[in-house]
Amino acid sequence: MLAGEAGPQVALGMRIVTGLAAASGARSLLDISRAHIDGCLYNGRASLDFAERLTGAQVAVPTTLNVSSLDLLHPDLIQSSPETQQRARALMDAYTSIGAQPTWTCAPYQSLVRPSFGEQIAWAESSAVVFANSVLGARTDRYGDFIDAAAAITGRAPAAGLHLDENRRAEVAFDVAALSPGLKQRDAFFAMLGLIVGTESGKRVPAVVGIDEATEDQLKTFGAAAASSGSVGMFHVVGVTPEAPTLRDVAPAELPTITVTGEMLRTARQQVNAGADSSQLGSVHLGTPHYSISQLDAVLATLARRAVKLDVYISTGRDVLVRWGKADLLTELGVTIVTDTCTYVTSIVDPRSGSAMTDSAKWAYYAPGNIGVKAIFGSMEECVETAVAGRLTERPDQWT
Amino acid sequence: MDLTFLVAGYASGPTLVLDQPLSFWGGVDPATGTIIDAAHPQLGAVITGRILVMPSGRGSSSASSVLAECIRTGTAPAGIVLGEADPIVALGALVAKELYPDRVCPVAVAADYSQAARAESITMDPNQATG
Repeated sequence: MLAGEAGPQVALGMRIVTGLAAASGARSLLDISRAHIDGCLYNGRASLDFAERLTGAQVAVPTTLNVSSLDLLHPDLIQSSPETQQRARALMDAYTSIGAQPTWTCAPYQSLVRPSFGEQIAWAESSAVVFANSVLGARTDRYGDFIDAAAAITGRAPAAGLHLDENRRAEVAFDVAALSPGLKQRDAFFAMLGLIVGTESGKRVPAVVGIDEATEDQLKTFGAAAASSGSVGMFHVVGVTPEAPTLRDVAPAELPTITVTGEMLRTARQQVNAGADSSQLGSVHLGTPHYSISQLDAVLATLARRAVKLDVYISTGRDVLVRWGKADLLTELGVTIVTDTCTYVTSIVDPRSGSAMTDSAKWAYYAPGNIGVKAIFGSMEECVETAVAGRLTERPDQWT
Repeated sequence: MDLTFLVAGYASGPTLVLDQPLSFWGGVDPATGTIIDAAHPQLGAVITGRILVMPSGRGSSSASSVLAECIRTGTAPAGIVLGEADPIVALGALVAKELYPDRVCPVAVAADYSQAARAESITMDPNQATG
């Protein structure tokens, strides 16, 4: 492939894969069976120049696409300049032209593809990477710009990082056994725990002990938070995730352990909220990562036919939205549905509209830098009650 | 200087030694080459044209395309010297070298990082490298 017999695009892809292999100390390459590309988010002219160098070739493996900088189903939402929108569209077109599927979601695992246990894949998008590794037991390193597409077009990736058994073992444990069972059933708990675990773990693989059960949505929330505050590409929840029936399956006998307290959860929440102005709330953001069908159902049930007074945005995949089929029930209450992108990476809300409220630790972590909006974190129920009341409405009982 | 190149190329110039790792994504404005990460001790410093010396890379994989964009616009460092290999930094410079071959930003790991961090200027020359 390097020699160019498969075309200049594949040769370029191979130079990138082998270049990364050299930089990451990999001694060989391996075959991957799927790819997920996040380079379709417009990040400047260089990202478009790169994608256009690949056109003319076809992906070697089934490939999904992450969120873009546009909402093709609701184009009027996008506030960026016509020139930026034109380039964002050209970028999307370049990736679909090489055979990647126009999925435009950060959570392709919800209804589109379910990589199997042990399957070697090349996924980008930190929240999808950590879900695939941890919840599905598939194997991908933390890929991103350029290498995602290079792997898709060559079907190869460096044999390094989380592709390999020895790098998937736990290096630090987090003990939550002392926290109340009620608290540990709430999605918002998993978001704050994820922030703590990410900050404390850095690049290490964490194992959480003391949780009896967790939904996929909770694990999605946890992983997205841990991959935002830290470089976590894989975690174990002992007794819940597939590679960790017991702690001894994934960890040496001696493992540094951090005991998570209620005080640490409160501090994490205060740090997220620092700088946001609860008296100037302009909008509410749900669905980062993209909401699942069960999360959409939960919002609808919590709203209970009440209209919202604040601007409420729910981001989800077009695939999930079609399967759910009840979008009208939300929009008639004043809720705005966003697909193909996400409100923290794209110009949709006006930063002058005030602070925001979100049930996503990831949204709260990145929105101030990306779009100039500070956020208050709350559970989905707190976000919905705030939106209905038009002012901050907290539910302290949910945090004990 | 004893350098192992991740992305080969020649560069020479005054250093900008960072006290902490820098993420290009959210940390550098590609239009000006200025450090914009409010939490970074060298907030406001300009990386353009310098040999950027930092202990390691940091943060999101989107940093690769921001570095590539800096190289495209001409606001990038002349070269980057790291204390440890960083795939995200290497990838950004590698792809930019493919796209804009006349604007190479070499990336190398220093065998003795403390020596690099004390240097006022560094010449990066792959023909004299050990690795």
